[in-house]
Amino acid sequence: MDWLTTVDHKKIGILYLIAGLFFFLIGGLEAILIRVQLMKPMNDVVSSDTFNELITMHGTTMIFLAAMPLLFALMNAVIPLQIGARDVAFPFLNSLGFWTFFFGGLLLNLSWFAGTVPDAGWTSYVPLAGPNYSSGHGVDYYVIGLQIAGIGTLLGGINFMATIINMRAPGLSFMRLPMFTWAIFITSALIVFAFPALTVGLVALMFDRLFQANFFEVGNGGSGVLWEHIFWVFGHPEVYILIVPAFGIISEVVSTFSRKRLFGYSSMVFATVLIAFLGFMVWAHHMFTTGLGPVANGLFSIATMLIAVPTGVKIFNWLFTLWGGSIKFTTANLFAIGFIPTFVMGGVTGVMLASAPADYQYHDTYFVVAHFHYVIVGGLIFGIFAGMHYWWPKMFGRMLNETIGKITFWTFFIGFHLTFFIQHFLGLLGMPRRVYTYLGGQGYDDMNLISTIGAFFMGIGTIAFLLNIFITWAKPRNAAADAWEDGRSLEWTIPSPPPEYNFKQVPLVRGYDAWWKEKMEGKTAMTPSEPVGSIHMPSPSILPLIMSIGLFIAGFGFMYDRLIIGGIGLAITLGCMVVRSLIDDHGFHIEPEDQDEGVKA
Amino acid sequence: MNRWHVMKRLLPLLTGLVLLLSACGREDLSTLNPQGPVAEKQLDLMKLSIGIMALVVVVVFAICIYVLIRFRRRAGDKTIPKQVEGNHTLEIIWTVIPLVLLVILGVPTINDVFGLAKDYSKDKNAVQVKVTAHQYWWEFEYTDLGITTAQELIVPTDKVISFELVSADVKHSFWIPSIGGKMDTNPGVTNRMFLEFPKEGVFRGKCAELCGTSHALMDFKAKAVSPESFARWVSAMKAPAVMPADAEIAEKFTSQCLSCHAVGENGGSGAPNLTGIGGRQTVGGILYNDEATAEQNLHDWITDPQKYKVGAAMPKALDNSLTPEEVASISKYLAEYKLDY
Repeated sequence: MDWLTTVDHKKIGILYLIAGLFFFLIGGLEAILIRVQLMKPMNDVVSSDTFNELITMHGTTMIFLAAMPLLFALMNAVIPLQIGARDVAFPFLNSLGFWTFFFGGLLLNLSWFAGTVPDAGWTSYVPLAGPNYSSGHGVDYYVIGLQIAGIGTLLGGINFMATIINMRAPGLSFMRLPMFTWAIFITSALIVFAFPALTVGLVALMFDRLFQANFFEVGNGGSGVLWEHIFWVFGHPEVYILIVPAFGIISEVVSTFSRKRLFGYSSMVFATVLIAFLGFMVWAHHMFTTGLGPVANGLFSIATMLIAVPTGVKIFNWLFTLWGGSIKFTTANLFAIGFIPTFVMGGVTGVMLASAPADYQYHDTYFVVAHFHYVIVGGLIFGIFAGMHYWWPKMFGRMLNETIGKITFWTFFIGFHLTFFIQHFLGLLGMPRRVYTYLGGQGYDDMNLISTIGAFFMGIGTIAFLLNIFITWAKPRNAAADAWEDGRSLEWTIPSPPPEYNFKQVPLVRGYDAWWKEKMEGKTAMTPSEPVGSIHMPSPSILPLIMSIGLFIAGFGFMYDRLIIGGIGLAITLGCMVVRSLIDDHGFHIEPEDQDEGVKA
Repeated sequence: MNRWHVMKRLLPLLTGLVLLLSACGREDLSTLNPQGPVAEKQLDLMKLSIGIMALVVVVVFAICIYVLIRFRRRAGDKTIPKQVEGNHTLEIIWTVIPLVLLVILGVPTINDVFGLAKDYSKDKNAVQVKVTAHQYWWEFEYTDLGITTAQELIVPTDKVISFELVSADVKHSFWIPSIGGKMDTNPGVTNRMFLEFPKEGVFRGKCAELCGTSHALMDFKAKAVSPESFARWVSAMKAPAVMPADAEIAEKFTSQCLSCHAVGENGGSGAPNLTGIGGRQTVGGILYNDEATAEQNLHDWITDPQKYKVGAAMPKALDNSLTPEEVASISKYLAEYKLDY
């Protein structure tokens, strides 16, 4: 019950972590099935229909229900601590954000049980995803599930923007923010500007599907290319929503485990802002073969290539953070260091794809599959693994087992390169993507087999990670506050796991790398910026859960044309909003004498 | 200095790799083994970008490996390294060098973007072909010549082929890897592109955009022939259709098959044109006639099309009220229906 009503950012972070890992396993299982099917030519482990469902759900699940929630888990667990805040700006919204994501994801995945699964690709290009060519309820699950989950993401984005702007500890100016906080700030801004585009697109597609509107129906004056634009105006910034937090994590981990401050901090900040800005300018590079004409293709080619410049700045700054440092190879750091060359490889193929005339060959082939898995798995997932190993003691008060951690890293790392490196060549040799099978004798057979073997290695790595979690669970909570001894930012100044109110006294920040600065001056604690006093806390609430269930019910109602049920669902949600508005809840206070006992996650 | 030594050793290796790549894969399928000027131009650009990028990767890897070996923490080391804030000179260097590399790649990119967008649709010398993509087959209409075929595009080696790309249903993408890059077919929009086929041969074409159940099997062939041969093919296509000799079979074929398919001037246009189908390399784009005979493949296909291509619109022989004997006769007739060119 405690977990259903919590508005504490740390607990919500853990909820995101559990849900994110759960969906990561589902998405991973789908990936393994895809690779098993493609292991040999003309294989028939799954049918072509099932295969299309698998690729659609794999992409959608991994991006929206695994990667983003895991990032939200880390940002919830860490951001308020890093900026010396007691919680996020809107704790109630934070909880609502989690529950809408969770029920949206649940609705999407219930399609497996309903027997009509989305199968038009994670991009859901119309008209294939339109009512005429996907007549079952499959794509409805995609449209409504993502719409509900998207509410959660958007709420999260707004919340973290407000939190980082308003709730920084005294002295923590923007140019003293830890890099991870900067990354999340920029990511939140990206979410706030990009997700509305997705929302609009999904609403329009929902109207086409449920009410026979004609936004994308060519026969009635609509346009399929319009969907592509809307989708990628969201979809390209989405790539940066995913990768920018990973940049932040890597900056923290690399700096901590080399005992050095981040090299070129201000150029890092500037580069990240520039990447985010350019991220909005380049969506049409997903559409070079759509037929936009040479002017558009030329402009978007050059704009896309430009992103390589700030990204390169970041890469070299990381390398020079390591340069001259004292590098310790913990699991977290292995993932962070593994990230650097891997992401560079994903990045350079990105520049190759940006050259439009060459992209006429690469587009929609396994070369592209290889490229974006290098970026999303080799970049983002490595980043998430680094972040989870790094902050695990802070979140749970227990250190993950390093030996198993290293097994996780090496199996996952080797498996990853085995799976995806070879796919570049498959694409160049003419294998289109999203094919459920291929004829033998075209030169694809061996490479596909190797790729499948690699996927199994990644599976083993993931299982090792889960095993690590279970083994760690049995151990006592004995992690030190500054668990890695070389912590630099504020989260390492408070106990692991932190008390409910995080900081008994909000600290005074006197420079960049606040905690490191104090340690170097021989201090053992931060200077407080306020006297010990009564701490105001928000009350827990069950309303976010009920509101999300309301939307979940409404989603089903509309999908299956039971407007009454849809109405009831919406009424539940709106009713909760009314209750929330009418009942004044001032929260509660933790008095100084109670503050010492409440050490919990 | 040390690093440059490494580079000197690696560069020939990389050049070798690029050369190796460029001879890689099937002649009729691989983008790395181009058989026409469009694909060649694209491969040149690919090689240039692979070269630049390999250089970047090597530099990063070299620094990375050096740093990891040189600066690992020894056991019990408690020293605090110097806290370096940054270095403006270095930061400017690694901003400017990528910009220079991008200019090197950007100029030919822009050049080719416009070069490959050249419009030959009004060119009297070019062969005009209207490609219509269907779930899961390809229709090729020669608009100036007034002939239509399907699944096997026949082109002369001496001319530019100007394509008009449309879709009959969902979005597809027209791609012949060894001849040139792809272009999508969007419902309601007409796209244009051109290709050249200087060498005779049969090249494999694919649909590159997810278009439904049998997207993976939406293959076609592009067959480049000499100009004389092409002229003969055109007149053979225009000649009156050859119908089955047996009147009963001819009647059955007309009533059951030609309601959708066409041979010569007879029949409809809802399904692939069958004129000269016995001479094509495949049945349905995926059943190769050198692996089983054309007659066998046609027989299999007519009996149960969905077994080979799920979601194909053609009914099974049983549902089409064709007896096994009729299927056999029609397959035989179609297998023997070859054009002399």
